[in-house]
Amino acid sequence: MSANGDGASPPLLDVESLVMHYPVPRGLVGTLARRPKGVVHAVEGVTFQVREGEMLALVGESGCGKTTTAQSVLRMVDPTSGAIRFRGQDITRLGARELRPLRREIQMIYQDPYESLDPRFRVRDTVEEPLDVHNLAGAKSERRQHILDALVRAGLTPPELYIDRFPHELSGGQRQRVAIAASLVLNPKLLLADEPVSMLDVSVRAGVLHLLDGLRQEGLGILMITHDLSTAAHFANRIAVMYLGRIVEEGPAQEVVTNPQHPYTKALLSVVPKRDPQHRSRPQILQGETPDPTHIPVGCRFHPRCPIAIPECKQVDPELRRTSGSRSPGHRAACIRAW
Amino acid sequence: MNEPLIRVEDLHVWFDLKGGVELHAVRGVSFALERGERFGLVGESGCGKTTTILALMGLLPPNASVAGAVYLDGENILEHGEETVSPHRWKDIAMIFQGAMNAFNPVKTVGKQIVEPMELHEVAEGKEAWKRAGELLETVGISANRTRRYPHEFSGGMRQRAAIAMSLACSPKVLLADEPTTALDVMVQAQILELLVGLSNDFGLSLVLVTHDLPVVAQVCEQAAVMYAGEVMESGPLDGLYHDPRHPYTRLLFAATPDLYGEGEVVSIPGAPPRLDREIPGCPFAPRCDRTFAPCPDVKPRYLVVGPDRHAACHLNDPALAKAS
Amino acid sequence: MSSAFTAAEAPEVTAEARPGFLRTAILGERQAIVGIVVIVAFILIGVIGPFVTGDPKAKVGPVFQPPSGSHLLGLDGGGADMVKLLVNGARVSLLVGFAAAFVSILIGGVVGVLAGFFGGKTDIALMRLTDYFLVIPDVPLMIVAAALFGRSLRNIILIIGIIYWTTTARLLRAQVKSIRERIYVRRARAMGAGNSRLIFRHILPQVAPLVVANTVLLVATAIFAETFITFLGLGDPSAISWGRLIENAFTDDAILNNAWWAIVPPGVCVAIVVLAATMTGAAIEEALNPRLAVGHLSVRRFRMRALPSIGRVEPPATLPPSTGAAGATSGKGTKR
Repeated sequence: MSANGDGASPPLLDVESLVMHYPVPRGLVGTLARRPKGVVHAVEGVTFQVREGEMLALVGESGCGKTTTAQSVLRMVDPTSGAIRFRGQDITRLGARELRPLRREIQMIYQDPYESLDPRFRVRDTVEEPLDVHNLAGAKSERRQHILDALVRAGLTPPELYIDRFPHELSGGQRQRVAIAASLVLNPKLLLADEPVSMLDVSVRAGVLHLLDGLRQEGLGILMITHDLSTAAHFANRIAVMYLGRIVEEGPAQEVVTNPQHPYTKALLSVVPKRDPQHRSRPQILQGETPDPTHIPVGCRFHPRCPIAIPECKQVDPELRRTSGSRSPGHRAACIRAW
Repeated sequence: MNEPLIRVEDLHVWFDLKGGVELHAVRGVSFALERGERFGLVGESGCGKTTTILALMGLLPPNASVAGAVYLDGENILEHGEETVSPHRWKDIAMIFQGAMNAFNPVKTVGKQIVEPMELHEVAEGKEAWKRAGELLETVGISANRTRRYPHEFSGGMRQRAAIAMSLACSPKVLLADEPTTALDVMVQAQILELLVGLSNDFGLSLVLVTHDLPVVAQVCEQAAVMYAGEVMESGPLDGLYHDPRHPYTRLLFAATPDLYGEGEVVSIPGAPPRLDREIPGCPFAPRCDRTFAPCPDVKPRYLVVGPDRHAACHLNDPALAKAS
Repeated sequence: MSSAFTAAEAPEVTAEARPGFLRTAILGERQAIVGIVVIVAFILIGVIGPFVTGDPKAKVGPVFQPPSGSHLLGLDGGGADMVKLLVNGARVSLLVGFAAAFVSILIGGVVGVLAGFFGGKTDIALMRLTDYFLVIPDVPLMIVAAALFGRSLRNIILIIGIIYWTTTARLLRAQVKSIRERIYVRRARAMGAGNSRLIFRHILPQVAPLVVANTVLLVATAIFAETFITFLGLGDPSAISWGRLIENAFTDDAILNNAWWAIVPPGVCVAIVVLAATMTGAAIEEALNPRLAVGHLSVRRFRMRALPSIGRVEPPATLPPSTGAAGATSGKGTKR
């Protein structure tokens, strides 16, 4: 289903009908009153793929399940149901021991560069740690070379300037690059980037994003989690828009942004502030806030806030399908009015 | 000509740090705010924008020292420091702090927390104050009967609205908003910004919006000042800042912000801001500027008028020096 | 280039435990330096002193002789020199104090770290255990233990250690829980690091300053505990500690004899050491949690000052033609 799939090799990451449910603790009163156990429907059937050399942006507001999805892919949590395949191998139910070698191939970059590095570790120690954990690169000089190479690849040149520094001696952008270098030292195939630049200064963001783009061009697959549609539009190949645990629209980045098919996407795009003060479009501000993931609306989960909802929307839970207005086969939306 | 509501003139703020170091965080900031105007104070972390508005409220810590003047309706409220600022705090100038939605006292009702400043500043009390609190909540889009609720019963967006209501308790003329929407989802952000614009249009509330998010300022504000390393690089109407920037930093900052429909590369600005614990002889942006020339590192640029209501501090605008560029 | 100077709006000390933290914390605070110096002084006295004094219990003069040139603090109820007794007492009191603190930290540390790191059932079980020990009243326990197991230094050390580990456990559990959620720990885990690596390389170094602060405060508590245990008559009969000296003074009716020099000096020694340890421990704690220093509640406000001489000039300049000076189209930033 992916636009640029060649069909020959399996996609790097293949997620199918992923479901993550969390029980909500009831508390004493709840237990005594025999209230039903609440369940957080964090992710409710998410299907997508990431190919080598491709960046997919998972976009959505808080509570949409994008971070939980990333945690599942990373196998830091056990999915409730569904399948996650990495390079064709089913990793959904693997135990800690079997997952270990995979931990080299799949790496994650976190949002907060100020917390990503152990303040007691020098840059050298942080970047060396993955090698230590996986018992790689024996001789000291060989290790040092790997570390230097990773730092260069992450854009920290000359690497000798950084290798002995402590995190508090580095700026936010530099810290994030060190975190990226620590991920690169294991030569991963898939990078998960959770809001990689949202805590960085504007003037530094592009540098890190271009770095990620460069890595993508080298063949890495990147799954980027972001709430920032503008960033996704500029740097991702494909965008998947999530709402309340589902992907409601998915397609090539430019297509999703210039020709949105789902009413939620349209509303989101209309309220994203634009740089040009003259470009003051009529924002379609939805009322209220995203509902509680413990109480998903019946039928289409977006219908209570949808500006174009019709009675049928309360009965049908739409799946992702090619829409009548889409210009590309890989551009799908979950809206009965758009099909 | 009408005296602007607020006129900040050559504001300086220093902080005494441990070890005898002095941080010169705000270095001669000047701008003016008209009645009912929405003004943006834009810049990246460390540029001094939050410190500037804290100075307007006199909410600086004991290790801070201030120079310069802030004229509110013609009166210099910083003339005698705390003495002259405190009568105006919350009654004429109010502020929403960064993360205000998390600054509620969890054991008091929201209504009580709106009533408190009213009673403290003798604006209203008792039944009347509670009635006003209800009205304020309605103004920000929350139903009045929620005054008896506790903060944890409100969602994030609603708490931010309640925080705005709290700041309006004593009917100030100016609202200083420090990153009011940074932690919010884009849809909730749109709601809050719509609210702020509405308050400004309907009630004549002047707004100073402090943020690093240029597009937000571009959408909401009429005028803005771009700050860097404690100084104002450029100020003026948003149109001019975007379409005809007179300072390289302004241009580069816009260029570094991805735009949904924008064409062209998103750029980054190499280097980092200068240290603020020492004198900066020339232009603070010179080391990172792409149009720097001879005088830039050594001579401080003059804050010149470059258009109607427009100022910029860049040698490139200086007719005397422009020849050399 | 320290980011503190460029990224600070209103600068605030961050309490990350970066290398050199303890050194800065202690050396930065005068009270901590004083505290450490005093403790070290007493340790030296306790270690070296007894070799110099010989047998402190030797009778060298009449009972309760007042201070004089040859015996600066007079003689006790057995005619022994008070100064020599104090010096030997230092050794025992400090020994018990440090040893008991060590036992406490060991037990409390293991319980706290395990409970905090593993959470879940381990946490619940260990916290139950902690609660049981927490509610045991200390003095009755000491009396019972002394009666059951005999009065030896070793037992005293163990009892004090067993009574006081609970605070450490709770503190560490809270701290470990919070550090466990830090991004760099989660990163390491996501990359495949095992539990022992996470605990020993990431978590323990972060809690180390807290442990040190806690240990120092525990030493104070332990010394004080030893003193009153011994004073109650539960101490080791063969060991001379400051508590023992006070107890002896009471049983020998020093007060009736107006022999203040037999009672006051040991008490003062205990007080000084406890105070020194508390000051040091508090200084470290404050460094760990800068919000304890409640500067923001200070009554003092910012101050006004004169404008610096280099001000900005805003001449009514003629509008220069739009040179595109800032280069709306030219001069791009770098991609990097």
